[in-house]
Order: sequence, then structure tokens, then C-alpha cells
Amino acid sequence: MIVTILNVVIAGLLLGGIYAVTAVGLSLQYGVARVLNIAHGEFIMLGAFITWSAFTLLGINPLVSLAICGPILFAVGYILYRTLFTRLRISSPTPGAFEGNSMLACFGLLFIIQNVAILIWGADIKGYTYLTSSVDFWGAKFSANRLITLGFALVICLLFYLFLAGTRLGKAIRAAAQDPDTAGLMGVKINQVLALCFGFGAMMAGLGGALISMCYEIQPTMGLEYTMIALIVMVLGGLGSIPGSFIGGLILGLVGSIVTYVEPGLSLVAYYVIFMLLLLAKPTGILGK
Amino acid sequence: MPILEGREVTRYFGGLAAVFNVDFEVEQGEVFGLIGPNGAGKTTLFNLISAALAPKSGSIKFRGKEITGLKPYQICRMGVARTFQTVKVFGNMSVFENVLLGASFGKRNRIASADAAKEASALLEFVGLTEATAIPAKDLTLGNQKRLEVARALATRPELLLLDEMMEGLNSTEVTRAMALVKRIQESGITVIMIEHVMKAIMNVCGRIMVLHHGAKIAEGTPKEVSADKTVIEVYFGERADA
Amino acid sequence: MGIGKTSSKNVFVMGLVLLILILLAAAPLYASIYTVILLTSVLMYVIIAVSWTLFSGPTGYISLASAAFFGAGIYTSAILGNTLPLPLVIVLGGLISFCLALLVGALTLRLKGIYFVMFTFGLVELLLHFIMWWEVNITGTTGRVVPPVANTTVFYIMLMILVILLLTALFIRRSRYGLALQSIGENEEAASHSGVHVTALKIIIYAVSAFFMGAAGAVMATRWTYIDPTIAFNPLISFMPVLMAIFGGIQPLYGPIIGAGIFTYLEQFLITRFPYYYMLIFGIFMLVAILYMPEGLVGLAQRIWKKSSGKKHADT
Repeated sequence: MIVTILNVVIAGLLLGGIYAVTAVGLSLQYGVARVLNIAHGEFIMLGAFITWSAFTLLGINPLVSLAICGPILFAVGYILYRTLFTRLRISSPTPGAFEGNSMLACFGLLFIIQNVAILIWGADIKGYTYLTSSVDFWGAKFSANRLITLGFALVICLLFYLFLAGTRLGKAIRAAAQDPDTAGLMGVKINQVLALCFGFGAMMAGLGGALISMCYEIQPTMGLEYTMIALIVMVLGGLGSIPGSFIGGLILGLVGSIVTYVEPGLSLVAYYVIFMLLLLAKPTGILGK
Repeated sequence: MPILEGREVTRYFGGLAAVFNVDFEVEQGEVFGLIGPNGAGKTTLFNLISAALAPKSGSIKFRGKEITGLKPYQICRMGVARTFQTVKVFGNMSVFENVLLGASFGKRNRIASADAAKEASALLEFVGLTEATAIPAKDLTLGNQKRLEVARALATRPELLLLDEMMEGLNSTEVTRAMALVKRIQESGITVIMIEHVMKAIMNVCGRIMVLHHGAKIAEGTPKEVSADKTVIEVYFGERADA
Repeated sequence: MGIGKTSSKNVFVMGLVLLILILLAAAPLYASIYTVILLTSVLMYVIIAVSWTLFSGPTGYISLASAAFFGAGIYTSAILGNTLPLPLVIVLGGLISFCLALLVGALTLRLKGIYFVMFTFGLVELLLHFIMWWEVNITGTTGRVVPPVANTTVFYIMLMILVILLLTALFIRRSRYGLALQSIGENEEAASHSGVHVTALKIIIYAVSAFFMGAAGAVMATRWTYIDPTIAFNPLISFMPVLMAIFGGIQPLYGPIIGAGIFTYLEQFLITRFPYYYMLIFGIFMLVAILYMPEGLVGLAQRIWKKSSGKKHADT
């Protein structure tokens, strides 16, 4: 009995760790840069596939790939913001129009990135095995890769938290998240900060994707589901709250694990039920304003 | 019975009391002024009356009926209309369409489209915007947009009209015209509450004034009484007031 | 009423639309069966685009759930097509989508628009997963067979749905509700303070738009003999109307029609020439349209027309 509970809880944390990393990324993009990046899942997918390619073609350790995916996706996000979204920000008459337009632009990106991925890697399911040996935890068996994934997810979030709390740039980001105009007046180079945030958001997605590829099979069409989950986590944690996304991710991961134990195949439905309950009772989420 | 009555109306934003324990009574047919320095809570009070916001505590009664907890469209249909401090006209719709919207939806009972159109035209004449009938609202001057908002509010056939800084940004000729419009509105039987900073207008048009400061009522009375009130003078001019 | 501008330009366009409709109605008499099938696809895209624009155009709330409503219609046909007559199935397909939209609207439309976007975005995937789970675990069937219907019949039914949709859209647009919808898009707070029951109106119009998508789905289901959730719920169907409406412009009624027409032709062209790239190309089109044509082709044309006629509004 205890073993079962432990199984479910740790599996939930595993899942939650991944959800947390990806949701924090999306929260950076929406909460600060005000872009509802519905192509977020595609960045996750890219991270997963870059890691897969690095492993199967070049034999690079997936954990090392974290250091590859991160910067690559960061660059992609940063450049995208500096070119596409900055241009949209200028041409949109109101902030509301910008949110709408940027969301639609992301919709376009979704199709572009997904189809480019299909062209490069083909549409089939792919996977690789890495560190699948079992580790024993008080009678519950876990494959090493999942434990490492959880560990790295938590480390990534911790590092990022320290970055936000401790560094000057981190503080600038938090200021921009609260009030971009005032932050700009205080000398924060807003355009730069927003672009960096979007880049960091993409980077988190890429890292999340790399971690996912270590534990699960991947497919170029996997992105949509992860985007949905990241959105629900964001609402659960509170729109605009980065720590909220972290907590929300862990919670949703636990829920997913419990539901999968009881009735596999219904986890997405369960997430949506939570979404609906939030909308009815507390749309601002756990830590939202 | 006063047409509008507020008892201990309170609203917080975070930890700050935007409006605190405010009592007020507005009699039918009067022009009631609401003044106070920036941030005193005047627009918040309007928002509480029109249900754009909900009060933390306290009650607001219109014609004896409790209106806190209702939705804005319900309060409008009951007979309370307002204008906004930052003008909210429907920019891409024509001047006529703006007023027509109020005429079509703002009343308790549905009226026929032809009648709504007639009312809209009549109101445009009342505020003096007939020449601009077909122009998109966003192309009007600020002063005219404010008049449009008034026309739209009047189209809902209110018994009580809340005017929020209608004269802000107007030059003195426009202010005189606006004062005349308020008088005409009062003469048509509508009770008016005005938030204003333009003292000339307040003093000349209002029968009674209430002064808010930091969310609390600090004075109330006729313009003469209020302008002589020591607390009010302090608040507006600081301690160095001419005795 | 006096709201709709009966300028000569609008009369011309309406006459054109009427002419096109008559030509379409006669199509099976003079065109090949292949053309009729192609035209049916055009009609499908037009119906979805116009329905989408009916709600999202004036209010500015971007619905990404078109595929969910269309798919719900398809599935209604799949489940009931063997037991009930076609007209009833079509109406039921519309009604089920209508109810689904009422639910979505009631949940999200009283909140900020962003919740609506997020919820509708995931709806397709959700329905897909749920129905798949249901079929695997509860009914034991995966996929169903739909009884086929003659191509010309499908064509005429779709044409009829389109005509009813256009009439509905026109009626709404010219009524006080069209005015109210526009006012909601312009400034929701001012609209509600002017007596418009904003939430109720949004929900109803959204549901009406979903009805037509559901009905269209129920008819089109007869084209695929085999339906399973992955076929019925295709995210591309959510993407296309947005793209078409943006390309064609969302404000005037005929904008999405033009956009849908162009895009169906483009899709057919691209699918045959670049079967592997066409979705990618559409994604690029989407970006280009957002960046350089925020008002769509029709809006662009209007801007040019205004500039060339030198109109400028004098302030009073």
C-alpha cells in the first residue's frame, strides 16, 4: 500500500517537475513579454528532438544536451522576439491588440515549426533508451532516468529562482513583470528585458523537452498537448505568477499521476476538469493577482 | 426619499481604503457635486454606484432599492447612467450608432427600432452634435466625444446621471457650454451627480457638494458652505490659507 | 433600421454574392462531379469562416475551437447516421455543437478574453482524447462507419446551410444585436453600462456560430466512410477560419467569404503541388498576414479606396 502511494507520488513529482519547468517558461513569455505563446509546445518538441538527434547520431549524453538545447532555444526565442514580436508590438494599436496578434502569430509559428520538424525528422514516434536501469526506493522501483529527470527539473527551477531573486537582470525581469512602464522609467531597458524573457521562456521549453525525451517517446506532433498542459498550469498557479507556475506544475503532475493510476488515458480530461473548476471558482489561480 | 442613498460605503484596493465609510444622500432633481483632490476616491465611488466595482461593505440604494451586487447593465436599465473619466466612446462606430446603442438597450422595456432611432437623433440635437451624425466617434475632438458620451448616457433614459470630469480638458468657452448642458439636463428632470475639478462649474451649477479626501467624506453642504470650510481649505490649499 | 449602410458599393457586392449563389446552385447541372466536390469543400470552408467571423469578428474574442464544433457535428453523424434520417442528424449535429458552445461560453466569456482563447485552444485535443478513451474503454468500438450520401445532395445541403448562415449573419448584423456586438468589441465596459447584457449576448452568438459549424460537420461526415476521433477532430480546422478571416478581413460580412474562397483554391493548388509543404506554407501566410495585413485584404482595399478618394472627416 505504502509502496503504491510512493510510486504514484514520485511519478507525480516526476511529471510535475517537467510540467513546472515548461510552465515557468510559458509564464515568463506571457507574464512578462505578454505573448501567449501557443507554440510553446513546439519549442518543447524541438528540445526533445535536438536531444534525440544528438544522442542517436552523435552519441552525446542527453544530460549534456541540456547545455546544447538551452542556448539554442534561447537564441531562437530571443531572435523571434526581437524580430517578429517587437515589430508586432510597434504595429499594434493597443496592448490588447498586441496580445491578440502575437497569439495569432504564435499560431502560425506552431504550424511552421511542427511541419519543419516533420520534414526534418519524419512524422513517426521516436525514442531512445538512456539510463533505464532500476533504482530502488523503499521497495518502489524507478528507472534511473526518471529520477535524474526529476532532479534536473528541480535544479533548473531552483537555479532560475536564484537568478530571478539574486541577479540584477533577474530583478529587472521581476520589475518588468509587475509594471513594464514604470520599470522602463526606472532605467530598465524594457525591449531588451522582454526579449530576454521570451528567450528564457523558450529555453525552459527546450530544457523541458530534453528531459521529456529521456523518459518518454517523442513525436513531432507532441507539442499541442504540452502547450495545453502548460496553459492549465499557468491558470492554476495564477496568470503572471512565476512561482505559481512552479507550484501549479507540481500539483498538476501529482493529479496526473493519480488519475493515470486510477484510469489511464483520462489525465488530460482530468486537467481540463481542473481548468473548468478554476474558471468557475477562482480564475486568478493559487497565487494570481 | 432621496433618489440615491449610500451608507458606510467602503472599498479597498489591496490594503488601501479607496472609499471608506462614506454616507451620502442625493435628492431628486438636484445637481450634486463631488469634489476632492486626485485619488480621493471620487471615480471609485462612481464605479461602486454603477457596479463597475463591488463594495467591500456598505449599501447603496437607488429609489429605496438596494443596488449593490447588481450588474452594470441592470443598474443602467433601472435608471442610472454615467460617463467616464477617460472617455469610452465606440470609436469605430458612428456618432449616431453610439447614441443608438444606448437608446436600444438602456431602458427597462424594449422599444421599437424606429423609436430608438428617433430618440437618438433627438438627443444628438440636444447635445449639439447633429452635424457629426455619420462621423466615426474616434474622429471627434475630445470635447465632442465627451458630449457624445453624455448623449449616449441620456439615451438610456436615466433618472440619475453620473458625470465624471466632463469638463476636463475643455477651454473656458467649452466649459460654459458644458455648464449650460448640465443645466438643461437638470431642467429635463434628471438628477445629476458631477465629479469635477473645474471649480467655476461646481460652484455655479451645483446645489450641494460633497468633498472626499483619501476615501473619506470631509465636508458636505452648499457651495458657499463648503468653500468656507476650514478642512476643505486645508486639503486644497495646504495650511497657509488666507484667513 | 438604418444601421446597415445601403451605399451603392454594398448593393453591388450583395448583387454579386447573389449572382454567385445562383451560379453555384446550378453548378451540378453544368460542372463535372469533381468540380462539385471541390465546390463542396469551398462551401465548407466558407461556412466555417463566416460562422467564426460572426462571433469573433465584432467582439474580438478569438475562438480556436472551430475544430471542436465541426468535429462534434461529424461525430453526431457518425453515431446517429445509421439510425436517424439525414436532416435530423444535421440539426442534431448543430444542436450538440450549440450546447457545447453554450457550456464553453458560460465558463469563459464572463472572464477576460485570454481565458476564452486558452480554453478553446485545448478543446479539440480534449474532445479527441476523451472520445478515444470512451471508445476504447466503454463502447469498445474504435471509429464508426457513416452511410454515404450522394455528392450532389451533400453539395446542395451545404449550399443551403451557407444561405441560412448568411441570412442569419445579415439579420444579426443589421439588428440592434449586431450593434451591441460591435459595441462589445469596441468597449465592453461602456457597452455594459449602456444596458447591454454583455455576457449573455456573447454566449448566445457564440453558440449560434457553433451551430452552423456542427451542422456542416454532420453533413461532411458522409464524405468520409470511416470516422474516428483523429479524423473528426483536426486542429487544422481551427486554424483555417482564423487565417481566412484575417486574410479576408473580419469586419465586413463578405471579407471571410473572399478569404475562404482564396484559401480553398490555394489549398487545392498547394496540396497537389507541394503535398509535404502546404501546411508550412499556410503557417508562413499566417505570419505574413498578421504582420503586414492586420485588416486583411478587404481592409487593405478599403484603406486604399479611402486614400484615393481623398476623404477626410472634418471635425465639428
